[in-house]
Amino acid sequence: MTLAIDARGLRKRFGRTDVLAGLDLAVPAGTVFALLGPNGAGKTTTINILTTLVRPDAGTAHVAGFDVVDRPEEVKRRIALTGQSAAVDEVLTGTENLVMLGRLSGLDRRRAHERAARLLERFDLTDAAGRRVGTYSGGMRRRLDLALSLIVDVPVLFLDEPTTGLDTRSRQELWNVIRSLAGAGTTVFLTTQYLEEADRLADRIAVLDRGRIAAEGTAEELKSRIGGDVVELRDADGALLLELATDGTVHGLRTAIDELDRTSAAAVDGATVSIRRPSLDDVFLAITARDAASAPTLIESK
Amino acid sequence: MTTITTARPRLGSLTAESTFITRSFIHSVRDVEALLMAVVLPTMLMLMFTWIFGNAIDPTGGYVDYVVPGIILLCAGFGASSTAISVSRDMTTGIIDRFRTMPIRSGAVLTGHVVASLARNLVATAVVIAVALLVGFRPVATPVEWAMVFGIIALYILAITYLFAAIGLAASTPEAASGYGFILLFLPYVSSAFVPVETMPGWLQWIAENQPITPVIETIRALLMDAPLGDSAGWAIGWCLGIIAASVLWGGWLFRRKAGRR
Repeated sequence: MTLAIDARGLRKRFGRTDVLAGLDLAVPAGTVFALLGPNGAGKTTTINILTTLVRPDAGTAHVAGFDVVDRPEEVKRRIALTGQSAAVDEVLTGTENLVMLGRLSGLDRRRAHERAARLLERFDLTDAAGRRVGTYSGGMRRRLDLALSLIVDVPVLFLDEPTTGLDTRSRQELWNVIRSLAGAGTTVFLTTQYLEEADRLADRIAVLDRGRIAAEGTAEELKSRIGGDVVELRDADGALLLELATDGTVHGLRTAIDELDRTSAAAVDGATVSIRRPSLDDVFLAITARDAASAPTLIESK
Repeated sequence: MTTITTARPRLGSLTAESTFITRSFIHSVRDVEALLMAVVLPTMLMLMFTWIFGNAIDPTGGYVDYVVPGIILLCAGFGASSTAISVSRDMTTGIIDRFRTMPIRSGAVLTGHVVASLARNLVATAVVIAVALLVGFRPVATPVEWAMVFGIIALYILAITYLFAAIGLAASTPEAASGYGFILLFLPYVSSAFVPVETMPGWLQWIAENQPITPVIETIRALLMDAPLGDSAGWAIGWCLGIIAASVLWGGWLFRRKAGRR
């Protein structure tokens, strides 16, 4: 299987901070890959290196078969990036933004206009096509930003926290777009803080923590990694009061129940207790927990 | 499983440049306040210097013929200063990263701003000259001399625009870019633009005689009013080319340095 992204031992230091401390990534072509991590874990730096914006201090990275340091022009011909800050021109209209990007991507005027019209429709921006982007709402900007990355079909698409700031409906729409892109053969590399997003979209997930890949695999593989079940306490209406992760042993379960007894939540009338398999949230917290506390881990619910 | 392996086509040699020039033109035309200022400012300055200061400086009424080159340069500097803000805005929003991850010369973005500034300020220059003619400016230049005047003005606009573009790259925010640029706009006052250099204190005379604006002014004045040209044309062209070269080098260095940081 060909790799769309193949990074080995990437290191990057800003000042005294090791943002990346030996990062390895292997993303098969045509798949959706999610890089998951808390703020400051190095997600954006990883994207910046893979998209040729930043040079790594050490290590190598190949994207679409070309080295990002030695052959950046060839890499750039095969990627598109939607970064975190909206990369749209506020003075231009939606159509003008797309046509400009189309022209810069080698489309002639007619094809750039055709493609712009189709993307505006796909992202529900047709009504706003002739308006200056400065008047757009945050969600509309984000959608236009993504449309700009799709002006031509490229082998590898980078999305840095693509759904941050989107409402639920736009998020669902974007997920559909990403799925259909992957179905058509584009490799999608996305970063996210939303575990649900990674769970539902990605073929493979890597958890980035302190500049290294702490865990990698499918969502199921990651969930089975922490092994232990989760004890949940719910009130009579089924609302979650408390969650406690266990290490899966009888002793761990007993400790969790003892812990429950000590909280006021257990005294709520009609409260019921149940055990479930861990979610990706649990995995994430278990992997990225700064202070490796012994089980059971208390997870405050909302 | 199907995978996409096609790459973006390679662009024609000047496609990126022409696309960015179009973009900057649209920006210029849509900035209604700046456009208005580009017409109102020259008119106001022209009227102020001829009707309010003019008779005090030269009671014979000939001041308008003296001051036109200075006002042209003052307005060109003012018009070009917005380049610093446009460039800084591009650099501080995410849009530059999008361009830099595409197979185009990212410097083409700057070319767009520079060409738009040149066009904008040549129009402003035409407005200054039109107003000047209305209030009694009577140049005696031949068509060839007029062409040379516009040539030297265009070169000056290019030089100051490139300098402002570099300032835009150096500034951390568009507001800072605007502030730095403001200082440059005072240069014409310390030159032979509004009063003869001989009337200034000695140490200021030295600055006024050896700064780039004075030879440019003297060249335009000599061409328009049929005065002896001397060596000012050579100095004017040398200064402008020097500023362009220094700005391009400085700007290129800033562009690469900022690129690595982000």
